[in-house]
Amino acid sequence: MKRLLVPFGLALLAATMLLALAIGAVSIPVSDVWHALWGDGETQVVAIVRELRAPRVVLAALAGAALACSGAALQGTLRNPLAEPYLLGVSGGAAVGAVVALTVGLATPAVVTLAAFGGAAVATVVVAMLARYAGGRAEPRLLLMAGVVVGAFANAVILVALADSPPDRIRGALWWMMGSTADATWGAVARTGAALLLLGGILVVRARELDVLSLGEDPAVALGADVDRAARRTFLVASWLAASTVAVIGLIGFVGLVVPNLARALGAHRHRPMLVVSALYGGVLLVAADIVARSVRAPIELPLGAVTALVGVPFFLARLRKLA
Amino acid sequence: MTTTRAPESATIELEFHDVRVTYPRAPAPALDGVSVRAEAGRVTAVVGPNGSGKSTLVRALLRRVPITGGHIVVGADAHTSLDARTFARRVAVVPQREEVQLALPVHEFVLLGRHVHLGSFTPVGAHDRAAVRDALDRAGMLHLADRRTDTLSGGEWQRVRIARALAQEAPAMVFDEPTTFLDIAHEMAVFELLDALAADGRTVLLISHQLNLVARFASHIVLLSEGRVAASGGVNEVMRGDILETVYDWPLVVTRDPAVGAPALVPLRKSARGVRSRT
Repeated sequence: MKRLLVPFGLALLAATMLLALAIGAVSIPVSDVWHALWGDGETQVVAIVRELRAPRVVLAALAGAALACSGAALQGTLRNPLAEPYLLGVSGGAAVGAVVALTVGLATPAVVTLAAFGGAAVATVVVAMLARYAGGRAEPRLLLMAGVVVGAFANAVILVALADSPPDRIRGALWWMMGSTADATWGAVARTGAALLLLGGILVVRARELDVLSLGEDPAVALGADVDRAARRTFLVASWLAASTVAVIGLIGFVGLVVPNLARALGAHRHRPMLVVSALYGGVLLVAADIVARSVRAPIELPLGAVTALVGVPFFLARLRKLA
Repeated sequence: MTTTRAPESATIELEFHDVRVTYPRAPAPALDGVSVRAEAGRVTAVVGPNGSGKSTLVRALLRRVPITGGHIVVGADAHTSLDARTFARRVAVVPQREEVQLALPVHEFVLLGRHVHLGSFTPVGAHDRAAVRDALDRAGMLHLADRRTDTLSGGEWQRVRIARALAQEAPAMVFDEPTTFLDIAHEMAVFELLDALAADGRTVLLISHQLNLVARFASHIVLLSEGRVAASGGVNEVMRGDILETVYDWPLVVTRDPAVGAPALVPLRKSARGVRSRT
């Protein structure tokens, strides 16, 4: 089964993406979707598929992959199967950074991305400091508590920052805080794809180091790892990956939690295969969640982050029980 | 594909020279001029009461704490001059405590010991797999190779960790209280394994509380007390009632074990209810 994880994941991802292109306010038969992708068929259908839906679907797949890789790296470094960027407050920090950039009027994509990364980095440091202050980084539950508190604080900061904004802007920002792929552009796809390729690539190259790090500090040192430096680097890369998704689709929780655990349950334990498997199934999960968000109460769209939370929270509780 | 790797060197010595370590804000140094020499081909044991500095010695070796005086030599080099991976190819350490973190199949867990020889993209070769098998076999864990680490008993977990260190194929091995969770049979098996490793020409440095087993298996014992060497030498030089009674601050006698002839420590009771006077 282990050998088939990647080919099966690829096939599943392709199928889910095709389905996502077909489903929406206007349902299009899959065969028409296929033709429209290559530019054949009615111009209206081609426009819907290629210009409206395709960027959205590809963005969801890339962001899902990035979130899952970020979660996998954080879980390995922190030796905590419940770690993920959203629960650790990293995504919240990224959102604060992005909102600050938007409210001071610096709304170019590059600035928003950088600001999101800055916010994520600050949140990461604050969470680590809080956990240390409360009794030690090594205690997984403390770190999560610190992360949830920082996430809540980040939410509050965003709401305060938006307090005197015009109502339509608040509505827009709230929508973004709950995550959405509705504003997907090919530019956003390119930026997210580049981040995934670069940062995910670093993680894959460094995967053996992650394997050793995930044993704990003393064993990792005994196996020749430069623990402090390696942990810092992984943290940085994982936060940046998460921030790159927050900058384009807002706050999406639990993908980074569910997918790496699923990959491990399916037999991908070492981090190199696990990161690849996580990326594929993270893409599948977020594209599928986007289908649900668009179609359950169509034409109303549900917030994407709410859909992933509805899946993720029961999973979290089950995993927490196993950990205790 | 066979991977041919020259061992770092066939045999190696570990030498702690007048090592001093002071933890920040601690009133007294944790190690105050400790010298220990672990030679190839024998089991060298470091013993002493809780807090005497045994584990600090291992932490200093692993560079988890900076040494404030003296030096540590690994082979021909100062331990601070070696990069972490070279060090790990020369010295395999089984740390005192380790929790099961993210669960792995046992054989993959032991394979992590091979990381010290593998680059980022070096494929896992036949030699690596053989080393893992051999390590599992020596630790008596081959039959559990496919189990997950979170399903092991305390004793099995301990031996799997030893197997991971064996898979490093390092000429020197350091065991920090390896038998803490083991019952008598498994404890004996570990001590016999240490003995066999020494017989192979490896340098074995053992940190232990089990004085009586140490007395039977170690050829050189260093007794630490409050960060200093209280006694050092062969078994008969260290296993002496007067020395041990002072260091452990508890009444005791050292006898000879009638079955094996080794010195054996028997702690006495301070308040024996049975012999209390009935006036």
